[in-house]
Amino acid sequence: MANLSTEFLGIRSPNPFWLASAPPTDKQYNVERAFEAGWGGVVWKTLGEAGPPVVNVNGPRYGAIWGADRRLLGLNNIELITDRDLEVNLREIKEVKRKWPDRAMIVSLMVPCEEEPWKKILARVEETGADGVELNFGCPHGMSERGMGSAVGQVPEYIEMVARWCKQHTRMPVIVKLTPNITDIRKPAEAAKRGGADAVSLINTINSITAVDLDNFAPEPTIDGKGSHGGYCGPAVKPIALSMVSEIARNPETHGLPISGIGGVTTWRDAAEFIALGCGSVQVCTAAMTYGFKIVQEMIAGLSNYMDEKGYESIEDFRGKAVPNVTDWQYLNLNYVTKARIDQDLCIKCGRCHIACEDTSHQAITNMVDGARHFEVIDEECVGCNMCVNVCPVEGCISMEPIAGVDPRTKKPVDPDYANWTTHPNNPAVWAKEAAE
Amino acid sequence: MSEAPRERDVKPGRLDADSYLELFSDLHPPLDRHEAHVEADRCYFCYDAPCMTACPTEIDIPLFIREISADNPLGAAKTIFDQNIFGGMCARVCPTETLCEQACVRELAEGKPVKIGLLQRYATDTAMAQNKHFYVRAPSTGKRVAVVGAGPAGLACAHRLAMRGHEVDVYEAREKAGGLNEYGIAAYKTPENFAQAEVDYITAIGGITIHEGKALGRDIALERLTRDYDAVFLGMGLAGVNALGDADAEAEGSLDAVGWIRDLRQTTDLSTVPVGRRVVVIGGGMTAVDAAVQAKSLGADEVTICYRGPKERMKASEYEQEIAKIRGVTVRYGMLPKRMIASGGVVTGMEFERDGERVVIECDEVMKAIGQSFTPEALNGSGPSITLERGRIRVDAEGRTSMDKVWAGGDCVNAGDDLTVTAVAQGRDAAESIHTMLSSGAS
Repeated sequence: MANLSTEFLGIRSPNPFWLASAPPTDKQYNVERAFEAGWGGVVWKTLGEAGPPVVNVNGPRYGAIWGADRRLLGLNNIELITDRDLEVNLREIKEVKRKWPDRAMIVSLMVPCEEEPWKKILARVEETGADGVELNFGCPHGMSERGMGSAVGQVPEYIEMVARWCKQHTRMPVIVKLTPNITDIRKPAEAAKRGGADAVSLINTINSITAVDLDNFAPEPTIDGKGSHGGYCGPAVKPIALSMVSEIARNPETHGLPISGIGGVTTWRDAAEFIALGCGSVQVCTAAMTYGFKIVQEMIAGLSNYMDEKGYESIEDFRGKAVPNVTDWQYLNLNYVTKARIDQDLCIKCGRCHIACEDTSHQAITNMVDGARHFEVIDEECVGCNMCVNVCPVEGCISMEPIAGVDPRTKKPVDPDYANWTTHPNNPAVWAKEAAE
Repeated sequence: MSEAPRERDVKPGRLDADSYLELFSDLHPPLDRHEAHVEADRCYFCYDAPCMTACPTEIDIPLFIREISADNPLGAAKTIFDQNIFGGMCARVCPTETLCEQACVRELAEGKPVKIGLLQRYATDTAMAQNKHFYVRAPSTGKRVAVVGAGPAGLACAHRLAMRGHEVDVYEAREKAGGLNEYGIAAYKTPENFAQAEVDYITAIGGITIHEGKALGRDIALERLTRDYDAVFLGMGLAGVNALGDADAEAEGSLDAVGWIRDLRQTTDLSTVPVGRRVVVIGGGMTAVDAAVQAKSLGADEVTICYRGPKERMKASEYEQEIAKIRGVTVRYGMLPKRMIASGGVVTGMEFERDGERVVIECDEVMKAIGQSFTPEALNGSGPSITLERGRIRVDAEGRTSMDKVWAGGDCVNAGDDLTVTAVAQGRDAAESIHTMLSSGAS
């Protein structure tokens, strides 16, 4: 059986599944329940400065979007950092770490953007025996209005500065948690690295309004008739997170910088995808908040089965294996020609492929052949776009198959050799180069 | 040697009050909002949807289901009523398993079609519960149309004509409007007096006057109708009941299933309806199933449907047969009726021939459900004759009869399959044909 244990920044955990800094990790009671359920580690919910704790709204803190049967697809929150007393949190962190020494215990932190508060709190956390800290530069609501959270994460110079302070004032590994509410995720990651951070974790939540109440015309969740943008997470954000993780993983400036992947991880497969893009651990929140801590059992079993099937003995055996395959569009092989193929035995004749292609794409799928309802690809028109595959309700019914020989659409032979846009005759840069020569 | 008169076991009140309530409650409980949304989400919104093609009234099923998904049940109801003003009843009584749901691609994919009937009911019930009406009458045309029969065909026709601005007089032979919806369909398919509620909902558009107790050939004459009105629509259904012939006997307990159901439907207290301990139902259609299931539900101990043909030829769908079996009815095939056995003027059994063998089933009641027939006497006795075809009124594609100014639809014409939904389609289409004629000034 595969070994799921990880050593991220030297922090050992029995599996790569950590609970992200969030309500599930706000107190000893929850965290111990999580460890009992099998979670490999936690990032304790963000601690603030000593003194009176922050307050939360007393109305709804969450909004959501749903799929069929109210399956939660996206969650939005306007909750702030922990609203419990710092001393209570520190005492509980120490107690839990003592009781569960084999689990990763990371403490998330957010204090004002000045050296002294960071120095102070780091010393307090160190006393608990925690394994590391995560700097919350991601939280996009509430705290950001006070110059913290994503307000820091959106300014690479601040990231670098605070990371540097932290590395100076603690022996603990420092993870910088990044906000996705920026244009180019590589910049804050580079800043974190320059500041000496040991790793980045991403993504934090995305600025969002889940819905607008059409009776009282207020965004949801609505607090006494008003609403504020929240942070979006859950399955809906996974594609965004994967892309941002891949950008950092393949950026020469940050390549090799350890990453803890976050964003919509719901099953073992999601986690494996983040790991394939280089993540050394994954963090989960929404799935646990939706279904409870037990889901980690599926994650552990599923990842283990996958690794056994593939013959991977440890996480490191496949970690980052997808990174070299993430490239720029310009390097994609333009000589790779595919056509859609519809398996007539599987086809249930719903016609969705036809209408998607007919109305919105390339008029390359029939709906009627010899007077009978029949859906078939017209190779002369098919550009291989894959839209029919995506709208087909039957898994495996339509597939994209590479072709050789002559492409019936272009009437030209398919070149078996790789060639991309950089050398394509239609590329203006190629003309310019030729002209220069 | 004569047989001693047997004690006949036919009596009312076989069950306690709760059992009647339970056994005659909704066959398919309606979907609540969440259930409707979950079910609606199963619809693939097919292109050129097969369900829609399979619907005799061509309701835009994918669209109304999508409207339910988008939390717009009133919009869904309008989409349904646009094509079928009896959408509420059809949602309850349509054999969806042989129409839209059979065509559903999910039937092909997984044997579990989208529950179109129940979704249609969700939408139409929502609109009717809110008394939400979608149609206003066009400015009055000053034209008057007579409709004979206030069943699904007649009222669908009347509604569409009223919508187009014509004045409609509906002549109904019975005391109540609704036709088979009121008198013919099993009680458990349409509880809580839905048929009358629907008549009220449909006629709320205005411009429709129903004259109850007016039968063609008895109280009114076709000749007068064609003289007094700009057009006439005949939707009087089938008045005749097919006879068993030589196998029948004049005996107490020999019942016509159509009449028996009609009386049952008009009963307010089911515990007063007598039923035999052992009942044989002869026939293979929906009436046979409806009669058998209701006899069983009234507390009959043994109910047997005896159909002369093989299972696959039975007109009641497999699904209907299944319901009968689940309700405890025995269905036997290949049972050719030979002789009703009576003793002392009382039914004691029924003799059949099955694979050349004589089979006798002892029973207290025999219900005959071997089809209904059109009785042209009222028609031809009240005016010039109208051409019939295979015993029913001949119509063209628009519902025109051989007589000028006279249209027909529903079970009394030969084109149909005796389904409510088909009658509605024919009534609606005839109305449009009449409207075209009236608008062209050809009358």
